[in-house]
Amino acid sequence: MKARRISAIAIKEVLQVWRDPRSLMMALLVPVMQMLLLGYGVNLDIAHIPTCAYDEEASPDSIDLLKHFQASRYFHLVANLGSERQIADAIDRGRCKLAIVIPADFSREIAMTRHASVQAIVDATDDNTATLATAYARAVVQGYANDVQADLALRLAQAPAPAAIAEQSRVWFNEDLDSRNFIIPGVVALVLALVGAQLTSLTISREWERGTMELLLSTPVTPMELMIGKLLPYFAIGLVDAGICLGFALFLFAVPFRGAFATLLFTTSLFLIVVLGIGYLLSVLIPSQIGASQMAMFATIMPISLLSGYAFPIDQMPAAIQALTYIVHARYYVTILKAIFLKGSGVAALWAPIAALMVYAAVVALLAARAFRRQLA
Amino acid sequence: MSSTIPARATAIQVERLEKRFGRFVAVHDVSFTARSGEILGFLGPNGAGKSTTLRMLCGLLRPSAGRALVDGIDVARDPESVRKRIGYMSQKFSLYQDLTVAENLRFFGGIYGLAGAHLTARIRYALQMAELADHAGSLVSELAGGWKQRLALGCAILHEPRILFLDEPTSGVDPLSRRRFWDLIHELSGAEVTCVVSTHHMDEAEYCNRIALIDRGTLVALGSPAELKRRSLGGELLRIECTPLDHALTALHDCALARDVAVFGSTLHVLVEEAGASREAIVSYLAEHGIRNARATRIDPTLEDAFVQLVGRGERPPNPVRQPVAARAAGARA
Repeated sequence: MKARRISAIAIKEVLQVWRDPRSLMMALLVPVMQMLLLGYGVNLDIAHIPTCAYDEEASPDSIDLLKHFQASRYFHLVANLGSERQIADAIDRGRCKLAIVIPADFSREIAMTRHASVQAIVDATDDNTATLATAYARAVVQGYANDVQADLALRLAQAPAPAAIAEQSRVWFNEDLDSRNFIIPGVVALVLALVGAQLTSLTISREWERGTMELLLSTPVTPMELMIGKLLPYFAIGLVDAGICLGFALFLFAVPFRGAFATLLFTTSLFLIVVLGIGYLLSVLIPSQIGASQMAMFATIMPISLLSGYAFPIDQMPAAIQALTYIVHARYYVTILKAIFLKGSGVAALWAPIAALMVYAAVVALLAARAFRRQLA
Repeated sequence: MSSTIPARATAIQVERLEKRFGRFVAVHDVSFTARSGEILGFLGPNGAGKSTTLRMLCGLLRPSAGRALVDGIDVARDPESVRKRIGYMSQKFSLYQDLTVAENLRFFGGIYGLAGAHLTARIRYALQMAELADHAGSLVSELAGGWKQRLALGCAILHEPRILFLDEPTSGVDPLSRRRFWDLIHELSGAEVTCVVSTHHMDEAEYCNRIALIDRGTLVALGSPAELKRRSLGGELLRIECTPLDHALTALHDCALARDVAVFGSTLHVLVEEAGASREAIVSYLAEHGIRNARATRIDPTLEDAFVQLVGRGERPPNPVRQPVAARAAGARA
C-alpha cells in the first residue's frame, strides 16, 4: 500500500467533486432537507387531540369539567354536539378522535352519591393514540375529581382525606418526556446513513460507465489503495454532513446534549466509515450508477427506519425481529447517539456498540476489497 | 524457438494463447515473440481478437489457455508485476475528461508511484512530447481527438515503461495527427521501448517493424510489411480495368491463370503466376467471355492485397494458396 497512490486518487476525486458543483450541493442540501422533514415529521407525542363534547346537562359542574379538558394541552375541543347520533357522525368524518359524554344527572349524582360517571368514546383506529387519549382523559377527569373533593372539603371545613400511597415518580434523561428528544438523535443516524451510502455508491460505477476503469485496472493500483483514496474525500464531506445534522439536532430541535464532543466525533467518524463503505461496496458490486444509487437507497432506508430503533423501540419487537436488528448498522449508532445526547455516556459505557461498528467497518472494507474486479471479464 | 532474430532481448513471448468467453473463442492458439524496441502491429478487422489479445497481455483478462510472458513475467500468474512495467492505451479514450491535462498527468504519475522533482520532470517531458505544454490547464473534454490521443500516450509513458500496448490509438483521429502519433511511436521505439499497436488501418501497418495479421481469433501471418507483401501472394498482381466488373469477376473465377480475384474499388486485382506472360492471356480470356474493353496492368501489391490474400474474404472457401503462404510467412520469422 502506497500513500502516494492513495493521495493521487484522493486528489483526483476531490477535483471531480469540485468540478461537479451540483452533486456537491446535493450532498450538503439533502441532509438539511431530510433533517427538517424527518425532525418535524416524526413525532410520537400526542397533543391537541380533536375532541367533541356532548353535554346533556349543561350545568355549571359539567361546564367546569369541560373547562378542565380545554385547559389540557392534550385535548382540543372542536365542537359541542347536540345528540348521541352526532357523536358517531363526528367520529366517522374524522372531526374528532374522542367524544366526552356528560349525562343529564351529572351534578345531581355528585351531590347525592359523590359518584358520577362520564363517558369517553374513542376512535381506536390508531390504537396507540387511542390508548394515550384514554389515559390522558382519565387523568383530566381525575384532576377534576380532586378539585371537587378539595372544594367539598373546604366547604365542610375539614381536611381532605390524604391518599394512602402517594406516587412520586422522577423521570431521568428525557425529563420533559418529549419524544422529539428521543427521536432526533435517531433521525441524525438515519440521515447520515442515507446520505453517506449515496455519496460513495457512485464512485466505482462512474469509472465503469465513463470507461476510465479499464485504464485504471491496467495500472499497479491495488483495490485497498483505490478504496481508501476514494473514501477519504467523501469522509470529509460526510463529516460536514454530520456537522449539519448534529447542529440541527442541538440548535433547532434543542435536544439536550450531555456527552463529550470527542466521544461524538469519534463515534460519528466510525459510523461514517461504515456507511461510506457500504455505499462503496454497492458501487463495486453494481456496475451502473443508477443501479448502485437505488440499491444504496433501498438497502438503507427500509432496514434503518424500521429496525434501527430510532423511533420504534427494539425491545418491544418480536424476538426474531430483534435478532435481525443486529445486522442493521444504524442500530448501534442510534444507541450511541441517544446515550451521548441524553445520558452523557462516554466511550467506556458504549464499548459494545462501538466494537460492533468497528467489526462492521472491517467486514465491509474486506468485502469491498474482495469484490473488486481486478480484471475485465 | 530457434531464432535468427538478433541478440536483442525478448520483450514479449506468447505461446498458444487462447481466450474463450463461454463458447465463443475470441483468441485461438496465438503464438509470437516481440523483441525489445520493436514496433509490432496487430492488423485485422474489428472483432478479430486484437483487443482481447492486448488485454490479456496487460493482465486485464485472464487467458483461458496458453502462456504470455511480458518482460519475462507470466501475465496470468503475476498480473500485478506486469502492470508496473507496461503502459496501456485502451481502445476507448479513458482519461478523465473533467480533469485538466496537467491533472491527468499528475494523477497517473501518482498512480505509478512517481513523486517530487522526478514527477515534475516526467510531466514536463510528457507535455513536450505530446505538444500540449501550452494546454496544460485545459480540460481534457475540450481537447481535439488527436490531442487527446497524444495525452493518453503521455500518461502511458510517465513511468518509463519498457513495453507499451496501444489499442487502436489513432481511431477517429485526423490523418495529420495520426502521422504525428506514429512519429512519437518511432521515437519511443528508438529508445528501446517495445510497442504493440493494434490497428485496422492498412496504411498504419506500414509503419510497423512487423505485422501480426489477426483474423477471427487466429494469427494468420507474421512478418515485416515487405515480407508479407512479397511472400504472401506467391505470385504477381495484375490490375484489370473493364466493364461490367461483376461479369469479369465471375468469368475470372473459372480462369485457370487467375489464382485469385478480388474487387478493389472500380478495378479487379488478379493474382497470377507471372505478370508478363499472363497479361495478354487474361485480356483475351475476358474477350472470349464477352468483355472486350479490358486493360491489364502489372502493379506492386499493397498490404491490403496481402491481407485479402491471407485472410480471405469470409464468404469464399479458403484459397488453396493460403495455407502454404501462411506457412512461408511464419517461416520468415524462424
